[in-house]
Amino acid sequence: MDTAFFVAWIEEIAHVIADQRDHLTKLDAAIGDADHGANLDRGFSAAREALASADPPPATPGDVLTLTGTTLIRKVGGASGPLYGSAFRQMGKTLGDAPEVTPAALAMALEAGLAVVQRLGAAEEGDKTMVDALAPAIRTLTAALEDTPADGSYGPVLEDAARAAAEGAHATIPLLARKGRASYLGPRSIGHEDPGAASTALILAALSTTAAATAAK
Amino acid sequence: MKKLINGADSVVSDALTGLAAAHPELRVDVAKRIVTRAGGPRRGKVGLVSGGGSGHEPLHAGFVGHGMLDAACPGEIFTSPVPDQLIEATNAVNGGAGVLHIVKNYTGDVLNFEMAAELCAEDGVEVATVLVNDDVAVQDSLFTAGRRGTGATLFVEKIAGALAEGGAPLDEVASVGNEVNARSRSFGVALSACTTPTAGKPTFELGEGEIELGIGIHGEPGRVRAPMAPAREIVRVAMDAIHEDLPLSGDTLVLVNGMGGTPLIELYVVFAEVAAYLGERGARISRSLVGDYVTSLDMQGFSVTVCRLSEELTRLWDAPVQTPALRWGR
Repeated sequence: MDTAFFVAWIEEIAHVIADQRDHLTKLDAAIGDADHGANLDRGFSAAREALASADPPPATPGDVLTLTGTTLIRKVGGASGPLYGSAFRQMGKTLGDAPEVTPAALAMALEAGLAVVQRLGAAEEGDKTMVDALAPAIRTLTAALEDTPADGSYGPVLEDAARAAAEGAHATIPLLARKGRASYLGPRSIGHEDPGAASTALILAALSTTAAATAAK
Repeated sequence: MKKLINGADSVVSDALTGLAAAHPELRVDVAKRIVTRAGGPRRGKVGLVSGGGSGHEPLHAGFVGHGMLDAACPGEIFTSPVPDQLIEATNAVNGGAGVLHIVKNYTGDVLNFEMAAELCAEDGVEVATVLVNDDVAVQDSLFTAGRRGTGATLFVEKIAGALAEGGAPLDEVASVGNEVNARSRSFGVALSACTTPTAGKPTFELGEGEIELGIGIHGEPGRVRAPMAPAREIVRVAMDAIHEDLPLSGDTLVLVNGMGGTPLIELYVVFAEVAAYLGERGARISRSLVGDYVTSLDMQGFSVTVCRLSEELTRLWDAPVQTPALRWGR
């Protein structure tokens, strides 16, 4: 996966978040403050523009993710700005200046992003947050890497990871929120999908879509 | 949805343009979303910066001025400001004596202020933070995001602002802010949800005969739904929750705050019940405020905030203040 792949990933995220903006806002209205879709749409649109207008353009996958993270921190606000922004920046830092990223390196970068989210948000798995989508996706990815096909195609592996994220997000429905704004509702947070977990699942779905599109070329 | 707006995306900027036109004593950077006093920082005075999502007007920009805040950073509606805004505001009001950040306890506000404070400290600006968490409707435990900051934010901004105006050092200004927060408790009730311009419809549905108890200030539902009842009974629920958490006695400062869509006459009905409740328990209302101060767009409802005063806090509350939304003694 090269620099162009990661630019394509961010573009795909911007596309899918814009597409699902109202859905995310609806999830957030149920247990939060009805702005998650609008905020992420603003942030990832800005990230896509920042990547397109960067001079010089980002030279490595690490540059792409670091610039994305910085833009999210600068544009989004709320909790999702610092959380997603710091996660992307940490992923960028972890990838360093490698021109090509292996699935194993991507898994390590995602792991580092997750660690930052958990440190900033003090959230554990099961607290009904984005961690509930990201953690199982990384577990699936790491486990699948052990039996990656010999031809090195990573599409199916990322597809499994995206599926694990979506299942993780869905599994937040019966949970009691213990972090973030939904936690103010106490038991009334039960029965709703966490908007942060839902957006994380979309971001990982975009990764899988990008891999499939790249393989098709 | 019927709102006096030009478009959902321009509400915050358009309102700041209006604030600037109405209040030439403020410097309003509409593009960067930073409101400061027109006079700039005063040498040797601690600067006070607050900020948070828009939709709570007059909080915070309406409290910028003599005796209160030096700067306010409004975010998008119900979304905290970003670190860039907070850093720029902090630098703009730094008169060399350090800057106090007044932060309402919400995950987003805390994270963005923390990032800004870290970067300011790296640049050599001394920053202290007061975290406001006065809402008794939320359980404070390791397993939640902690209590929300609501009405007491105004008390902290006014009283810390008065002490800073008198030239006190940063540690004392922070300390009085923390003391006000520790002595204050709030509880909120909604008769209707609010409608954000982007969502276009109410954030939750309430039946004709229903109310929400224990609401925050972002249109999030409360902890329980209850049947509509006379003001006396609703106030009793709110005041019991406060009194159980912080027994009420002695001199108090009481804010009966409208959520944005509540007629003032109803707020006075509520105030009468609050006064009766406190009287039964031997507490005195020595200072009070009734009106829309910490709002939630067009929500119908109220919150009540009680602060147990000391002589020193009363003196600081009475000190002159001149801001768009709070002014006396000057």
